[in-house]
Amino acid sequence: MREYAEKIREKARKLFAEGKVEVFIGYRKGSVAMMNQPVLIRHADQADLLHWDSNCGLNLCNYLTKRTEKIGIVATGCNSRNIVTHILENQIKREQLYIIGIPCTGMIDHRAVTRAVGQREILDVEEQGEEFTVKGSGFSQSFKKKDFLQRNCVVCTHRNPVIFDELIADPVPEQEGGSVFSDVESIEQMDPEKKWAFFAQLVSRCLRCYACRNACPLCYCPTCFVDESMPQWVGKSNDPTDTMTFHFLRAFHCAGRCTDCGACERVCPVGISMRQFTKKLNKDAKQYFSWEAGLRLEQRPPLDVYRPDDYNEFIR
Amino acid sequence: MKGLLEHIGMEPGRLQFSWISSAEATKFVEVAQAVAKEVAALGPAKHLIKRRAEVA
Repeated sequence: MREYAEKIREKARKLFAEGKVEVFIGYRKGSVAMMNQPVLIRHADQADLLHWDSNCGLNLCNYLTKRTEKIGIVATGCNSRNIVTHILENQIKREQLYIIGIPCTGMIDHRAVTRAVGQREILDVEEQGEEFTVKGSGFSQSFKKKDFLQRNCVVCTHRNPVIFDELIADPVPEQEGGSVFSDVESIEQMDPEKKWAFFAQLVSRCLRCYACRNACPLCYCPTCFVDESMPQWVGKSNDPTDTMTFHFLRAFHCAGRCTDCGACERVCPVGISMRQFTKKLNKDAKQYFSWEAGLRLEQRPPLDVYRPDDYNEFIR
Repeated sequence: MKGLLEHIGMEPGRLQFSWISSAEATKFVEVAQAVAKEVAALGPAKHLIKRRAEVA
């Protein structure tokens, strides 16, 4: 991973020198361990800030929306799919972008690591190949990365970027054979009361901080429905009904667009697995419309187009 | 929409969709009666109802 970081810095310097980009979007080390933060740099001499390891779980596509400059950006598989979605939705033009593709082997679930070290504070993290070491006051422990992947990365089937101007390394093998939607399927087996209890429990700790919405590259509306007061679509209290309404409406807005990048879950301060909402819609999009978001620029998304043979069994 | 609402525990049948032209009076009657019957069979809604007073 350290090689990746050095290569990203080199490419960024070159892009600035050649005048190909005016701004470069990447990650820098965060002020807290295992939390790399997005950074926008405007000069080649800031390139040293750029960093890469398996703690780059935020989605950089968020910072592209409606920009007018020439932009360089690093993109993993899921991030690149969000860039495609952004282009399809006219939020950015392909010609503005210089995409540095990163074949990705997944991001580390920082919560799982914190649990593994007994909730002690992690002050530093370092990666060595397939392993990583976390250090804190009076302890240092090494783990295998594959045991601590974010849940969306475990079931990821698009690790390599789908759109890029150059790749930083050789493509990595895609994961195959796993059941992507096994968790959704197990919920589908439940009866309605059990389903309701499951989801009510899932969102019960929600603070309505909207971090999931803010971290999501799909959420770029100038005014979000939750912030509007005329009309007020959803109550602003943490009444269970309001909270549930927020979560399923947020998910609906991501229908046919979500790339399962996992940024929403990663940023949730109370660890809600809100991917259970969006994943159901991803499953339906695949099942009924043979659609996975952000794979190609030539095809319009299913909610954009009408086809006479569209799925319509639910209409009586 | 129906898919996700039923996935999170809405009873199947409580949410129904139909397309009825303004010229299809008979279809409208049929659908309205059928929906009313099915929803009545499900009983009063239990979910997504605010019981507490709304505090702004």
